[in-house]
Parts: sequence; structure tokens; C-alpha cells
Amino acid sequence: MSEQRVGVYVCHCGHNIAGTVDVEHVAEWSANLPNVVISRDNKFMCASTGQEQIEEDIKEFDLTHVVVASCSPHMHEKTFRNACARAGLNPYLFEMANIREHASWVHASDKDGATNKAKSLVSAAVHRVIHQEPLQPMQVDIRPETLVVGGGIAGIQTALEIADAGYHVYLVEREPSIGGHMAMFDKTFPTLDCSACILTPKMFDAGSHPHITLLSYSEVEQVDGYVGNFTVRVRRKARHVDEDLCTGCGSCWEKCPIKVIDTVFEAGLGSRKAIYRPFPQAVPKYPIIDVENCTYYKSGKCRMCEKVCPTEAIRFDQEDEILEVEVGNIVLATGFQLFDPRRIPNYGYGRLENVFTNLEFERLSNAAGPTEGKIVLRDGVTEPESVAIVHCVGSRDKNYNSHCSAICCMASLKFAHLVMEKTGAKVYNFYIDMRSISKGYEEFYHRIMEEGASFIRGKVSEITDAAHTPEEEGKLILVCEDTLIGRPRRVPVDMVILSAGLEPRADAQEVGYMFGAGCGDTGFFTERHPKLDPVATVTEGVFIAGACQGAKDIPDSVAQGAAAAARVLATISKKQVNLEPVRAEIDESRCSGCRICNNMCPYHAIDFIEADGVSRVNPALCKGCGTCVAACPSQVINGAHFTFDQLIAEIDGIMVDVTAGALEVV
Amino acid sequence: MSDKKGKLGLYWASSCGGCEIAVLALHEKILDVAAAFDIVFWPCVMDFKYEDVEALEDGEIDVCLFNGAIRNDENAHMAHVLRQKSKVLVAFGACSFGGSMPGLANFTDKDAMFDWIYKQSPSTDNPQGTLPQKHSQVPEGELTLPNFWRTVKTLAQIVPVDYYLPGCPPEAHQIEAAVTAIVTGQLPPPGSVIGPDVTVCDECSRTKNEKKIKHFYRPQEIIPDPDVCLLEQGLFCAGIGTRSGCGALCPQVGMGCRGCYGPNEGVLDHGAKILTGIASVLDANTPEEVDKILDTLPDPAGYFYRFHLPQSLLRRRALGNGQKQTAKTGEAT
Repeated sequence: MSEQRVGVYVCHCGHNIAGTVDVEHVAEWSANLPNVVISRDNKFMCASTGQEQIEEDIKEFDLTHVVVASCSPHMHEKTFRNACARAGLNPYLFEMANIREHASWVHASDKDGATNKAKSLVSAAVHRVIHQEPLQPMQVDIRPETLVVGGGIAGIQTALEIADAGYHVYLVEREPSIGGHMAMFDKTFPTLDCSACILTPKMFDAGSHPHITLLSYSEVEQVDGYVGNFTVRVRRKARHVDEDLCTGCGSCWEKCPIKVIDTVFEAGLGSRKAIYRPFPQAVPKYPIIDVENCTYYKSGKCRMCEKVCPTEAIRFDQEDEILEVEVGNIVLATGFQLFDPRRIPNYGYGRLENVFTNLEFERLSNAAGPTEGKIVLRDGVTEPESVAIVHCVGSRDKNYNSHCSAICCMASLKFAHLVMEKTGAKVYNFYIDMRSISKGYEEFYHRIMEEGASFIRGKVSEITDAAHTPEEEGKLILVCEDTLIGRPRRVPVDMVILSAGLEPRADAQEVGYMFGAGCGDTGFFTERHPKLDPVATVTEGVFIAGACQGAKDIPDSVAQGAAAAARVLATISKKQVNLEPVRAEIDESRCSGCRICNNMCPYHAIDFIEADGVSRVNPALCKGCGTCVAACPSQVINGAHFTFDQLIAEIDGIMVDVTAGALEVV
Repeated sequence: MSDKKGKLGLYWASSCGGCEIAVLALHEKILDVAAAFDIVFWPCVMDFKYEDVEALEDGEIDVCLFNGAIRNDENAHMAHVLRQKSKVLVAFGACSFGGSMPGLANFTDKDAMFDWIYKQSPSTDNPQGTLPQKHSQVPEGELTLPNFWRTVKTLAQIVPVDYYLPGCPPEAHQIEAAVTAIVTGQLPPPGSVIGPDVTVCDECSRTKNEKKIKHFYRPQEIIPDPDVCLLEQGLFCAGIGTRSGCGALCPQVGMGCRGCYGPNEGVLDHGAKILTGIASVLDANTPEEVDKILDTLPDPAGYFYRFHLPQSLLRRRALGNGQKQTAKTGEAT
């Protein structure tokens, strides 16, 4: 190893670090570490003066490596890497010691301890950095096409933004029509405009846009490749209708003799036929045959739809089609699923007939729904005289989901308004806290209070039909503690609406795995940074938008959809993208082909080369996570920037006795 | 090496004697060895005394093949003597390289081991509870036994070693290759392990697929598919992380590799490497499932560290009461 000349810079971060860690002492002490030629402290290393200091020193002291002891690398690693690069030093010859999050902030009450820890961390970085090697980023071309997965409002928004900019989008939707949950809703809060009225023009645009290929009733089965060059296999499930011939006239479903309860769009309250279009404004307009219920697929008879179709578009023998599309970027907008209130048996959903879910209520209240907008009890005729709306069902509850579902407060207020407007019933809201944080929401809350809705602060413990008094006979009784008056209450009503929370989709984990997007502990997809990078994932070229990232309302979903589109458009317009050189490489001369690593890679970057009997890492797919490096039992996978030598040196460095004068490895 | 015959020494420290047999397994090639070398020390085969070797000049032995782990003062003494007398000191076999079977004693300690061996084991009849003593008086005079260490060490932990020839025992063709290399002077850089730096999988002809292990079986529990990787079939096999050179003898006959050739170049802890490799392919999603699968692997520490516990990062089971071992003898202070 030729002569190493390390520069060390210890940051005060104002009082953030210097308030606890003796920064000057750490800098003085570090000057005696091996290979260190200059060690300084500075009020704010990230400020231009701090960065310029590094640049000047690299030139003046001919530094070969740089260590900055400051905050988390998430915060400023890029900043200092760039400073090194400006002075002609390869940015990967820089190492960061995190003495803020790892020392000053977590040991605020122990100044000596924090200072010693800071010294250990600097020592680790100094020992490690001399083993670091210059690395070069890899450039790859970006295909201009984009895949958007999920045709709810977030996905539609993303697709339209990108398509309007002139780039092609494949919009994949699992259901027969795009529109998602928003298409099922009656009104939207807080403006109370009709959900369908504002959504359907966008659905129509998405369905007819020259730059959008709409793949409805389709699912992504496999994703290969990397940013700029993904190959995606999509299964187009058979509609059993020839889309080129079908005009969507409706003769088939009018004449179809089989009635099926519609558990998807009508939430089980209405019915559809065995050949059906989910709702009148569906995009695309073509029906599908439900082969589970269609007589033809059971007995080979009927064929009524075929007989009445004026364009002979029915195709009983149609099969699923596999399509491969090549895209440069992917946006996941797979949305949410509603919490199933059956999981809270004491709320009686499914047992007490007049307990409804929020989605059932949306359909009841919707003019295009099964009751044509009449709010009635399960018997289909009786108007309720009193209605209870239970907030936070399955949300903010350690037993189910600890997160806040974000939309329920406002949706519950909307339900209160609709009930009062349409029935004149007395409305009780059972809430834990009211959260009305977005624009116009607090005003909406006041409006509903002024309209006469009652608000009871307390978590409902039980909904029962067991009456204690004559007034409770024949009613549903909500039992709770009213925490504002500090005593238990029983409130008898005719109808209960459960504001079930938003959950990650049941298959979010598998979908995430397929696309290289992880799920956090709540099960929603994890963004690269919760504040500063909310629509990117850890996989380059894979973005997330809408409620698949976390519970959110329509405006936020639309904003994220547009944000994801902007990120995609930015990558497309760059035409090329630099990939981090921190990645794994297999020494094929020493690989014995045991294949332990083969299914380790979360990014599918490892292939087994049968002919050579070795495994190989695709460098464009590798994210440098190190999983395979650790797994390899013969240690022939090298993780660039996290090599074995670097890690051992780092451990050696951290074992230096910082309390003694001598710098001996203990 | 000059035309003059070289001098060869062989020694066994804490070992089973298998390494000596392995040298004899050279068959007629042993004559080539005899032709190239004068054997100046080989207590297993010929009558040499320690005084004989102590009387040699420093560096007089050209090559010393040293097998066995270091577990007592006698082993250590001979390691120092032979280091001093030898130009090239080869750690021969798994015990001197990694500690091997004697090294498994590091999972326990001297007192517990003596208690079991001399008092508790069912085959022992020792009503007085007599334990080996360093010094004991007999009518003929005083008898001494070497001091027995509580921690087994490898040869390289006692003296500098020039080359390593792993295996339990090393295969004849490798011994031959090593001797040839020494005779012809075509040696790898000092400190090397003599042998290829790939794993047993490289020599194993079984088909390897992507692996998912749901259950471990013991060899007597299943009849494995003769063509498929044993590990995939739930039979523990250390071949994934063990240096090749043996010709994959064990896995080829349906017995998982035990790991006797030790780790590949650069690996600091053989057991940990095999453990991470195998843990990586457990077909489990929850800690409970992991436990359930690992419950089917009896004595995991013994499986993973069978041959290299003293050489590993762990070295031994932690000593209680904050005791530290002295660097040189491994005796408790």
C-alpha cells in the first residue's frame, strides 16, 4: 500500500453535536490516529466553508482519503462525496462517521461517554477508509415507456401525467375496470362533489389516451431487469369477449339469466349478471364473463349472450394471454384494502344485520347503487331514525392496526351529512380524536357539527341488540365510555356504520417482492425516505404512489401520483442514469456453484450460469445490500465498498481503547 | 534443494494417529519420500527420543510435518522445539490446522471433562475418584504428566507456521503434491494452505439447485437421492463452505461433508460461514419456523464447528466468572 494521507473533519453541527461531544478534543485526538495528516473541527461541515475546507486540504495536503465525523450518511454523504469529487478525489475514498445520531443525540446525558464513542467512531472510519477503493458509477440507458400498476385514482393520475408529457404508459389493472375505490364512493369530502363526476372524465381520458395502453383485468406476473430496462410479464385474463368487436351495448348482460351477488363493486348489497360490466361508467366498457357462475361453463348450455350479441363478440374459448412489455420505470399504485370488521366480533358485523361497513354505506348512498341512493336498513325499505357512525374501526388499535387510517374522520363526517340530508335521522359519531388536518377539513367538521350531528368521544366497546330498557328494544345499542363526561353510555340506534380502516393489500408483501419494493412494519410499501423521498423505493426505477404507501385520501393520492410521474419524467428526460457502484461481485474462479446465494437476492440480481457451474451477479440489478455477501459460505462474493478487509478494519478501529493515551488495538 | 538428501521430521501432538496412517497411505510413493529425505524424527513409526531432536542444530530439519492440536505442555514444548529445528514447518491435518476433534473440548472445560471421563462416564470404574496428577510418587520414584490445558490451541497459535495441509486426514494425492512441491521448491507463498481455493461443491458431482431447507435429517433417517445435492435433501453438508481437495469423498457416497478441510481463503470463522450459508436457505418466514427447522439439527455447534473451533473467532465457550485465559498456555490465571 502506498502512502495513505487521511484528512479528518469533526463537525460541531451547531450545538447538535458540540453540545454533548467535546468536538475539539475528538479532532485533536484523531490527529494521532494512523495515517491522519490533518484533523480539524468545524461549526458546520455541510456549509460551503466546510466543504471548501475539504477541497483545499485535499489539494494542499495531497489527501488520499477523507473522513467527516458529523451526521447520518443519509443526510450528507452525498454532500461530502461531491466535495471530494470537486477536488479530484474519487468520492468513494470518503467515509462518514455518524457522531450525531449515534453519539450526541443518544447520549445527551453522558458527555464523556458520548465523546469516547465519537472517538471510537472516528477511529473506525479512519481505519476503514484506507481500505476503500475508487469506484466508478455505471451508466445505463432509460427506456421511455412506463408501467403503472393499479388503476385507482393514484395510478390514473400518474398515467395521465406521463402520457400527457408524450411518453407511453402501460396501465395494468387487476379488476375489469379502472377507477378503484373512488369509483364506488358517493360523495367526496370536504366539498361533497360527486365522486364519479370528478373521476369518470379521468377514467375516460386514461382509457382513450393515445399514449396509454390500458391492460385491464390483467396482472403482472414477473418483473426482470433494472432501472431503464425492465421486462414485465403481464397476464391478460380472458374476458371471453372480443374487445375489437364488442361495442358495450349491454344486450348480453340484459339477457343473461344468471344473477350473482356483487361482492366487489356493490359490496354485496346488489347483484350483477354472469356476464357483466362492473358499473355503467366502467373503462373499458367491455363486459367480462364470470366463468364461476356462467351456465355455459357448468353445463355447456345457455349461450344466451352469444345469441343476442349483435357483433358476435362472445368468445367462450378465449384464453389468458401473456404479454411482455419493456419499460424504463415502474410506478406501483396498488392501493389498499378495507379492514374486515368481522375481525372485531363485539361490533357484530355480519351478525347484527343493520351494522354496515363504510363501503356498504357508500353504495347505499350512491344514486347509481343498489337502492338508488336511498339510505335504508338491510330490509331495503325502512329508513333509519337514528344512525351511529363508529370511527377508527381496526385503526389506532394495538389489536388490529396501530396506524391512523387518515380518511375515516372526514369520511365519517361525510356519512353524517348524507344521513342527515337524506333521512333526517339523528346521527351520533363515536370518535377517539377528530383529525381534520387538511385544507377545508376543519371547516367541514364545524359544518357537520352545526348541521346537528352529535359527537361522543369514546371508543365503542360493544354493539349489541340485547336491550336493558324498553327504549332499547329492537335497537342496536352502542356501549362506550363517554370520556368527556366521564361515564359509561348506552346509545340505542337503528343503524350503525363502521368506518373500517385502510390496510395494506393482503398480497402487498409478494407484490413488493416482485418489484423490489419493501414493506414496512405496518405492511405498506416503504418509501426511500419518509420525508424527503416519499414516492421512491429502494429499487431504482420503481416508485410508489397513493394508498399502497400508507393510508391517505384522494387529494394526497393524486398529489403522489403526480409526484411519481414527475420522478419518472425526470429519469426519462435524463435518458441515462448513474447506478451506485456499491454492489456485489462473485469471483467466478473461486465460486463452486453451491447455489446458496441464488435465492437470497431481493432484487433477483443473481443468475446461475449452468455451463460454467458458477453464479453471477447482474451489476445493474444489484443494490449492494450485502445479503449474498454474508450468505456465501466460501466468501467469494465481494461487496464493493463493504469488503471484508474494510469491515474488519472498521472493527479493529472501533476496538481502539479511546480512554488510554496509547493507540493500541486491544 | 541441493542434491544432498533433505531431512524430514514428523510429529503427532494431540491427534488420533490417522495422519500418520495417511502418510503411509502414500504406498510405494513413500519410497520416493525416503529417497528424497532422511527421516530424522517420527515417533509414531520409529524409535526416536525427544533428546534426539533437541540435539539437532537449529534449522537442521528441512521439512517438519506436524499433526495434532496443542492441548498440553508437552505438545507445546515439541511445537517450539520443532519450530526451532525446522526450516519449513507444515501444520499437517485438521487438528494442527484448526483444532479439530480435540478442539471440541473447548465447548467445555478441563474440570468438567475430567469429571466426566474419570468419574461419571458409564464405562468408568473409579471408586476413589482418582484424577490424573502432574506429579505422583510411585515406589520407583516420581512420575510426571504434562500439564493439561483448559483450552485447545492450533499449531499456528503457538508457533509461526509456514504451510497448512488440511484434511482429516489429508488425502494421499495432496500429501504427495505437497512433498513434491517442497522437493522441487515450487512452493506457494509462505502462510498458504496447500490446495485449491474452491469448495467441496466444486468436486461434488451431485446436481445443485436453488436451496430451501424445511427439515434436517440424520443420515440414517432417509435414503438420499443419489444425484441431488445432499443439503437440498435436508442432510447437513458442510461442503458449501469447506475447502476442496478431498475429491468430495463423503458427499459422493451419500454422507454430508463434515468440513475437515476447513474454510476457504480469507474466512476467519469456518463454522460461522457454514452457519450463515445454511441459515440463508432455511425455508422459514418467522422465528418460530426457524426454531422448528433448527430443532431437527442435533448439536448444531458440533456440526458447524466440528473441525475448527479453536481456530475460529469464538475460540472456545466463554469461561465463567470473568476468567481470562493466558495468552501462552491457555491455563486459567
